[in-house]
Amino acid sequence: MRAFTYERATDPVAAARAVAQRPGARYIAGGTNLLDLMKLEVETPTHLVDVQDLGFTRIERTPQGGLRIGALVTNTDLAADDHVRRDYAVLSRAILAGASGQLRNKATTGGNLLQRTRCPYFYDTNMACNKRRPGSGCAAIGGYSRQLGVVGVSTSCIATFPGDMAVALRVLDAMVETIDAHGQTRSIPIAGFHRLWEDKPQQDTVLAPGELITAVTLPPPLGGQHFYEKVRDRASYAFALVSVAAVIQPDGTGRVAFGGVAPKPWRVEAAEALLPQGADAVTRQAFEGATPTKDNDFKLPLATRALAYVIAQAKA
Amino acid sequence: MVDWPRLKLSRRGVLAGTTVTAVAVGAPAFTEASAPPAAQPVPTASVTFSVNGRERRLALDPRTTLLDALREHLHLTGTKKGCDHGQCGACTVIVQGKRINSCLSLAVMHEGHEITTIEGLGTPDRLHPMQAAFIRHDGYQCGYCTPGQICSAVAVLDEIARGIPSHVQDDLTASPRATAQEMRERMSGNICRCGAYSNIAEAMADVAGDNA
Ligand SMILES: Cc1cc2nc3c(=O)[nH]c(=O)nc-3n(C[C@H](O)[C@H](O)[C@H](O)COP(=O)(O)OP(=O)(O)OC[C@H]3O[C@@H](n4cnc5c(N)ncnc54)[C@H](O)[C@@H]3O)c2cc1C
Ligand code: SF4
Ligand code: FES
Ligand code: FES
Repeated sequence: MRAFTYERATDPVAAARAVAQRPGARYIAGGTNLLDLMKLEVETPTHLVDVQDLGFTRIERTPQGGLRIGALVTNTDLAADDHVRRDYAVLSRAILAGASGQLRNKATTGGNLLQRTRCPYFYDTNMACNKRRPGSGCAAIGGYSRQLGVVGVSTSCIATFPGDMAVALRVLDAMVETIDAHGQTRSIPIAGFHRLWEDKPQQDTVLAPGELITAVTLPPPLGGQHFYEKVRDRASYAFALVSVAAVIQPDGTGRVAFGGVAPKPWRVEAAEALLPQGADAVTRQAFEGATPTKDNDFKLPLATRALAYVIAQAKA
Repeated sequence: MVDWPRLKLSRRGVLAGTTVTAVAVGAPAFTEASAPPAAQPVPTASVTFSVNGRERRLALDPRTTLLDALREHLHLTGTKKGCDHGQCGACTVIVQGKRINSCLSLAVMHEGHEITTIEGLGTPDRLHPMQAAFIRHDGYQCGYCTPGQICSAVAVLDEIARGIPSHVQDDLTASPRATAQEMRERMSGNICRCGAYSNIAEAMADVAGDNA
C-alpha cells in the first residue's frame, strides 16, 4: 500500500473542500472496497478523508411519503429497517444477497454505490486496463470475460458495475443527494448516476471530484410484489453473474432492472412495459444490440430465465 | 531507505505482512526509472481503542489495518490473516458489537471503539459457550479459520436475536429464526479450507438451542 495521510472530517463542506482541492485525496467510509484496492495499488490515494463522523446515519420519512437514507447508513441497517423491509423489500433483498454479514456491517450506502468493477484485469496491475490506466488498452477484450458486460459496454471497456443494492435502487427510481466544496447541493436520478464507459471508462459516475454523497432518497412505495433474483457461482458470498430486481403489480405490469450485465444497473422502460407478455419479450428488447463475448453470451438466456422465474413466482 | 539491519526476519516477521516486512519480502527490484523514495520518517497517527476491555493506545503508520494492529502491535495473534482482502473471514472480530473483517479496516478508523477478539470471548479455563461448543462438536480441523468462525458465530446469534434479516428468509418482515439454513447463509463470509462446516453449524445450533 502506498503511504497516505489521514484526517477525520467533521463538516461535509470542509470534507468536500479537502478532497476537491487536493489531487489524490479520497473519501473513505466503510473502507471495504477502497482498502482492498489500495492494498493492490489499483487505487493510490495520497490523502484519506474519513467521513464516519459526518452523521449521515439516519433513515427518515420524507414529506413526500418516501424515505431518505443517510449516506453512512450501513448495508446491514438499511436492509433491516422496518420500513424498507415492508415497503421497499426489493432493496432489502438486494442488499442481503450481496457480500457477507461482516462486510455488510461496514459497507455504507454511499460507498456501495461507488464500489468499483470486479473485472479481473482491473485488479491485476500487470495487465492493460483503460479503467485503471487510461489509454493502456483493455486486456478483457479478447481475454477472459466470463463475468464481464454484455450490453452498454464500449470498445474501450467491457466491465460491469458489480453491485446489487444499486440495481434495486434503479427499480425504485432513487435519487442520489450530494454536496460539493462550495456547499452546493444536487439530486441525481439513479438512472443517470452511473455512466456508460464510452471512451472514458476511468470515470464510473457523474460525480465531480470531491462531490460528497450525503443521502439516497426513495419516492413513495410502489406496492406490488418485490423480488431480487441473483444468479451466481455459489449460493452466497459471490458477485452476480446476472441479477434481476423487479416489482410486479397484481395485473402483471411492473418494473425490472438487471445487474451483472452492464456498466450500470440495466433498466429499459420500453422493455419492462412488455412484462405482461412474458420474460422473452422483455429481455429481447432490454438486451437489443447486446455485444456478448464467447465467454459470457450465456448471460443473455440466463437473464431471460431468471426473469421468467420471477414472473412465475409473482403469479404463484 | 529501509533500515535493513534492524529487521529481524523471524518466521513470525516474514508472515507478519506489515508494511515493513512486505518491503523486505518483496525483494525490491528498483531500476533507475523507479528509484526508491528518499529516506523520510514514516508518518504515524495515534489511536486509542479498547481491546477485550483494556484500553490501548498506539502510534501507527496510518496504513496499518486493524488486523495488523491487533496481531503485530498488540500481539493478539488469535485473530488470523487468511486472504487480507475480505474474502475469507479469518480476521473477523467484533467491533462496537458488530462483526467485521479487521483486514479491510484501518486501525486509525477505530478511535474510541470497543473491540472484542477471540482472546476476549473466553480463555482456556473460562471458555465462551461457543468455544466450548466448537470443541464438543469438532468444529475445526487445522483451526486456522476457527477464531474468525467463533467470533462470527457469536455475532450471528446476536444478529438473529436482534432481528437482522437474511437472504434465505422467506418472509422479510418476520423475525428470523436460528435454523440450520439461516446459520449456513449467515456464516458464508467465513471460509473453512478444511471443510468443518457441518460441525460448525451443529456447534452453533447447540448454543442457539441453549439460549432458546
Ligand atoms: C469479498 C467481497 C465480496 C463482496 N460481494 C459483494 C456483492 O456480492 N454484492 C455487492 O453489491 N457488493 C459486494 N461487495 C462490495 C461491497 O458491497 C462494497 O465494498 C461496499 O459496499 C463499499 O462500501 P464502503 O462504505 O466500504 O466503501 P469504501 O470502500 O469506503 O468507499 C468506496 C468508494 O466510495 C467513495 N465514497 C465512500 N463514501 C462516499 C461518500 N459519502 N461520498 C462520496 N464518495 C464516497 C470512496 O472514496 C471510495 O472511492 C463485496 C466486497 C468484498 C470485499
Ligand atoms: S474491461 Fe474495463 S476494467 Fe476490465 S480490463 Fe478492460 S478496461 Fe479494464
Ligand atoms: S483475512 Fe480478512 S477476510 Fe480474509
Ligand atoms: S479448520 Fe482448517 S480452515 Fe477451517
